[in-house]
Amino acid sequence: MIELQDVSKSYGGVKAVDGVTLQVPKGQILGFLGPNGAGKTTTMRMITGFMPPTAGTIVVDGQSMEDHSLAIREKIGYLPEMAPVYQDMNVLDYLHYVCALRRIPQERRNTRIKEVVDRCGLTTVLGKEVGQLSKGYRQRVGLAQAIIHDPQYLILDEPTAGLDPNQIVEIRALIKELGREKTVILSTHILSEVQATCSRVIIISGGKLVADNTPDGLQASLSGRNVLLLTLKGNVGDAAARLKAVPSIEDVRPVPTGKPGESKFRIESTPGTDIREDVFILAVAERWTVLEMIPETQSLEEVFHKLTAA
Amino acid sequence: MHNIMVIARREFKSYFDSPVAYIVITFFLIIAGYFFTSNLFLSNQADLRTLWGIIPLLFVFFIPAISMKLLADEKKTGTIELLYTYPIRDSEIVLGKYFAALFLLGVMLLFTVAYAFTVNSLGNMDVGQAIAGYIGLILMAAAYLAIGVFASSVTDNQIIAFILALFISFFFFIADKIIFFLPSGIAGIFEYLGIEYHFQNIARGVIDSRNVLYFASLIFFGLLLASHSLSRRRGD
Repeated sequence: MIELQDVSKSYGGVKAVDGVTLQVPKGQILGFLGPNGAGKTTTMRMITGFMPPTAGTIVVDGQSMEDHSLAIREKIGYLPEMAPVYQDMNVLDYLHYVCALRRIPQERRNTRIKEVVDRCGLTTVLGKEVGQLSKGYRQRVGLAQAIIHDPQYLILDEPTAGLDPNQIVEIRALIKELGREKTVILSTHILSEVQATCSRVIIISGGKLVADNTPDGLQASLSGRNVLLLTLKGNVGDAAARLKAVPSIEDVRPVPTGKPGESKFRIESTPGTDIREDVFILAVAERWTVLEMIPETQSLEEVFHKLTAA
Repeated sequence: MHNIMVIARREFKSYFDSPVAYIVITFFLIIAGYFFTSNLFLSNQADLRTLWGIIPLLFVFFIPAISMKLLADEKKTGTIELLYTYPIRDSEIVLGKYFAALFLLGVMLLFTVAYAFTVNSLGNMDVGQAIAGYIGLILMAAAYLAIGVFASSVTDNQIIAFILALFISFFFFIADKIIFFLPSGIAGIFEYLGIEYHFQNIARGVIDSRNVLYFASLIFFGLLLASHSLSRRRGD
């Protein structure tokens, strides 16, 4: 369990993180979402023991970061943004080096390295220098060093940044697999990533938490009103006025279609009502030919934009 | 101790993976060798005094070149971020880097032992004095290096680390040589600050605790300040 209590961090008077309170229980995959510069990396760095907060406390498994930083760091694996790994070392030497610093006993190192190498798909590049690897492989080396000591907590800062679509799918699958046994906190600004991997989403903006929910819950909480796109055959001149007369409909706006003989409307309901049936009944009564009726769901993108664009 | 050794070993190997170590050692030996041999037969004395005369100045330039990358490069490439989040103390990072460079300097000085053997074969060298000279040399190198590690800890730019280390080292090098221009009140202080004053005392064959204490305090404060400046982090 990672607990942040009113944690703030300022850089020369500017608050990068402002009073964040957060609890991450065991076994959760937490997605940390926010625009660039919102304070994601700073928050993660404080959890990893990289730097202390200016105010507030961080407690991991009941131990405070202030007094037990070294003990907490043993339980955490961290992949920083851009996966900074020594360019002049080859992968195998590097992993041995990390094993030594993580105090994995000499006799267990080879088996442990083999395990993470298999898991991260590094077998073919073991003898290569990190500097010669592609971005995707470097990211995997970064991930390998983060999990080599089998930590309970994994902190991943933009784990899929700069990867190609295939690599993204692979890394996400790996994260999901790791999430079965570990607590994972990952940051991203790709929203589909959160929907694909996380069980909980936190949105941070301007250093403050602005949302904390499941991916689906977050979407639902903001799309209280249903939006329907209705296309009718022919030029139905008074359709907008008729639709507006329905009590459950709050707003009707004609949408240009560009096609003659079709008229399109964007219909917004009053909060919390399903207007599909009302629209259907009205269309039958008015003898309109309905060509299309598409419910418009608010994507996570819109939710994100609404919460962080202030 | 374990962490210090792991970091030191990696760092020492990386010196030889890049041309830095070879270039520094080669140029050091060429320059030291030139000044040593050019006066050796003129002075007609079987000792290493000409070597002891030139090395303190050479160190002012060569040691910052060795130390400049130690921490500055890790900061620039971001690799230090991982060290900061491993269960390692900042002081262990500093000491690991320090010992790697010190070991490199040891290798470099080992080559100059050839000069001592040459002198010994030409005449009757005072071996005890030569050994004292080497002890002084190592202490002096360790002190300059602590300054270099500190300079490397305050910036992520290797050039700035080099110039800062050069500047501070040169101050300690010159301090006891400018006392003629100073009022007598502070002349004594500057003489004590001068690194060569202490080195030449030891090289004469007397290992005095006062001189050793001087080097020990330079090393201690250099590394303490380096460790302190790492602990300030400053993010990115």
